[in-house]
Amino acid sequence: MEPFIYDLSRPGRRGVDMPDPDVPLTPLPAEYLRDDLPLPEIGEPEVVRHYVRLSQRNYAVDKGFYPLGSCTMKYNPKINERMARLPGFALLHPLQDPATVQGAMQLMYELQQMLAEIAGFAAVSLQPAAGAHGELSGVLIMRAAQVARGQGHRHKILVPDSAHGTNPASTTMSGLTVIEIPSGADGNVDLEALKAQLDDQVVGLMITNPSTLGLFEQHIVEICRVVHEAGGFVYGDGANLNAIMGITRPGDLGIDVLHFNLHKTFSTPHGGGGPGSGPVGVSAELADFLPGPIVAQNAEGEYVWTMPARSIGRVKAFHGNFGMFVRAYTYIRMHGAEGLRRVSEDAVLNANYIQALLKQRGDYPIPHGDRFCMHELVAQGRIAGAEGVHTLDIAKRLIDYGFHPPTIYFPLIVPEALMIEPTETETKETLDAFVDALTAIAQEARTNPELLHTAPHTAPVRRLDEVRAARQPILARVPVGGR
Amino acid sequence: MRYTPHTDADRRAMMATIGITDVAELFADVPAEYRFPKLELPAPLTEMEVARELEALADENTHVGQVACFLGAGAYNHFVPAVVDTVISRGEFYTAYTPYQPEISQGTLQAMFEYQSMIAALTGMDAANASHYDGATAVAEAVIMALHSHRTPRKKVLLSPVLHPQYRAVVRTYTQGMGLRIVGDEQPDTDFHALAALCDEETAVVVVQNPDFLGQLHSPAEMRDLAEAVHARGALLAVSVDPISLGLFTPPGAYGADIVTAEGQALGNSLSFGGPYLGIFAFRNELVRRSSGRLVGETVDANGACGYVLTLSTREQHIRRGKATSNICTNQGLNALAAAVYLAVMGKHGLRKVAELCWHKAHYAADRIAQIPGYEVVAPKPFFKEFVVRCPRPVAEINRFLLDEYGIIGGYDLSHDYPHLGQAMLLCVTEMNTVEEIDDLVHALAEVTESDLIPLEVLF
Repeated sequence: MEPFIYDLSRPGRRGVDMPDPDVPLTPLPAEYLRDDLPLPEIGEPEVVRHYVRLSQRNYAVDKGFYPLGSCTMKYNPKINERMARLPGFALLHPLQDPATVQGAMQLMYELQQMLAEIAGFAAVSLQPAAGAHGELSGVLIMRAAQVARGQGHRHKILVPDSAHGTNPASTTMSGLTVIEIPSGADGNVDLEALKAQLDDQVVGLMITNPSTLGLFEQHIVEICRVVHEAGGFVYGDGANLNAIMGITRPGDLGIDVLHFNLHKTFSTPHGGGGPGSGPVGVSAELADFLPGPIVAQNAEGEYVWTMPARSIGRVKAFHGNFGMFVRAYTYIRMHGAEGLRRVSEDAVLNANYIQALLKQRGDYPIPHGDRFCMHELVAQGRIAGAEGVHTLDIAKRLIDYGFHPPTIYFPLIVPEALMIEPTETETKETLDAFVDALTAIAQEARTNPELLHTAPHTAPVRRLDEVRAARQPILARVPVGGR
Repeated sequence: MRYTPHTDADRRAMMATIGITDVAELFADVPAEYRFPKLELPAPLTEMEVARELEALADENTHVGQVACFLGAGAYNHFVPAVVDTVISRGEFYTAYTPYQPEISQGTLQAMFEYQSMIAALTGMDAANASHYDGATAVAEAVIMALHSHRTPRKKVLLSPVLHPQYRAVVRTYTQGMGLRIVGDEQPDTDFHALAALCDEETAVVVVQNPDFLGQLHSPAEMRDLAEAVHARGALLAVSVDPISLGLFTPPGAYGADIVTAEGQALGNSLSFGGPYLGIFAFRNELVRRSSGRLVGETVDANGACGYVLTLSTREQHIRRGKATSNICTNQGLNALAAAVYLAVMGKHGLRKVAELCWHKAHYAADRIAQIPGYEVVAPKPFFKEFVVRCPRPVAEINRFLLDEYGIIGGYDLSHDYPHLGQAMLLCVTEMNTVEEIDDLVHALAEVTESDLIPLEVLF
């Protein structure tokens, strides 16, 4: 195993030499100073080797197939990284005079416009830092718009039971009440159950389309219509936008507000957990409520900061995760309209190809396998003849075959779920090899289930004791005298 | 297309397996009248072409590598050792996601555990989470955590008027549906003593910044008094800090803070026009189960070997849904990694040296500016790297002169957020500012008072 960073420390070592002051010294105020600064002391070579060795204990898109459903782990173009590091972008202070940052503001303005065009909205704010942050913004926008209509008493947000956990969590943070709507047997939202909840207390509906079951909601236009009739708004969770670029536009379907995930659909890297970027697009009626400031263009053609008239306020310091804007802008410019449609077509083609192969081989039930899926499919780790084997075992065994496992046990409404999202950047050979691995694992499950129960066998560590981690949490190790 | 590898033959074979002859058949569920819209986007570019376009946009900007920068106010121009970019540019780190499968994510997990450890060491707290979006949302999450920590609900939140104005705005945005009373910052001169007096049994949390937004350092004794007063009312104390300042000064853990937040950009992250940045979030052990965000914990594997996992996830949205401590999912992992590498390579001595350089250079600048007729340095307390200068002319005019005539990015104009200070700017001096730059600034400021400036309205 790799040593803990402090174990590499030896008194007197230095990782960086800083220059001596080039100004006269000013005495330090003794009563303000800390006794000790318990940071490590390590030379630069050892720091680099430590982190390189740690990196080698990671799986990543740059190493192989990463079909983590709902996360859109597509390949991240390297030109994106180079562009984001241009000094004219990376070395800009966010509070500089707008006259000195017109290029950056133009990039933001054009990205706002392009995202609005792709999803069919009147306006976009780039400020939210991640999908959940965009969701919180979106729910607050719906709430504020209801207040502006004199409907401030409304408090219900309807959320299908297949939704990401962030939907109900964002609702609660907004001070509103979550009402769960069941899914029907066909994978669509249960329309009658939805209608039964539509009253004068409804702020809006949050819907993920394509849904987390990987299905396009067949009644989406009808759903938007009935919610609007009840005085509610429809929030679209844009997590699955990768399936529908150039295929359809959420705004055209009746969605009022939607967040984009630049780190999913628009290829900005996931960074081992972040940063992401979660811009919000809205219909004309909601444009005044967007978080801001956003970029506008004045009569002279200059780019200026503007705060929407009835903004919910700012959701973040400064203007959003600009470095992600540069990457997403680069990606969209390289694709154009046809390229983005090709992205979505191939993402959906790849998922359906995996679904078709899995159906042919018959090892893994696919609850909605009678329908074409969108960019992802949900199978089940219920292998006939291997009843003691669970989805977790299958996932861990996939690691031994060199793949990142799919998302598991989500959506919650599908028992033993394996949520597989291949993305468009994978070759047919990779998809074939992945399905072959699943087939081989199903065979192993029947003949040698222990192999699965004890998997992975080739990873840097064996299965980890998560119960112990939670029962007696050790969240930090600081040298004695550190506090 | 370079990023979609299928050949026509691949596509035909795959469609045959699926049982279709045209990809369009897969989209039959999309209402026909809304299917295949024509998107009005610019024509696609090759890598060569897109690089030219982006370089042209970048060239339109004036960046801090070209000119001297004395602008701070929550985003700082600090030195970033080359090691940091080397590490965060590794595909193994930046093209992974949240470590849901710990066996193949030990690199990210251990790096995050080490980040949490070094942040705990730096702030003097027991633990830290794996990051929030930025310094502003970290404060908002601190407020929400404090609300959750009280057995009987408390609906009052006290914000210091010298907490970053944008952070206060974000707290108000986040909590607008919660029916809270957010007070304390109505009067710009409400000091920590007066703030403590406003704290009562209804108060969930008191949030202050140290050094505060105007650069002033509050002594450990003053902070301890505040903490005692706040705790006497059963409320929590949250402190937003400048992590570089902790290279020198007493950490909040030593003076009784319950939650410590910070904008962590200064730790190895580029200015990047405001993001992605890093929300540092540290707390006392008693609060751990109320904490928001990802937490990495140490454990053992099936062979008894040390390893790391995401832990206490029953707090989080993917398990607890509407009852989660926060909705956060994606965080700022790579920025946290940059901060960890920065802290590891700077280490005990390097970070102190950076903080000392800021101190000495900022004080040299303040001393010289105070000698210019017409300028007044407003710093009743010690300050770290930022200080307020009252100016003889509107700050916007001065800044325009500095930029046009001297190639200097001046300070933050305080006239909107703190009008009671008059024509005042917040200047920031870091280790990146040379003595020549500071002397240039002094000359330029002196010259401004003598020159006939073109009125601002003509310039704009």
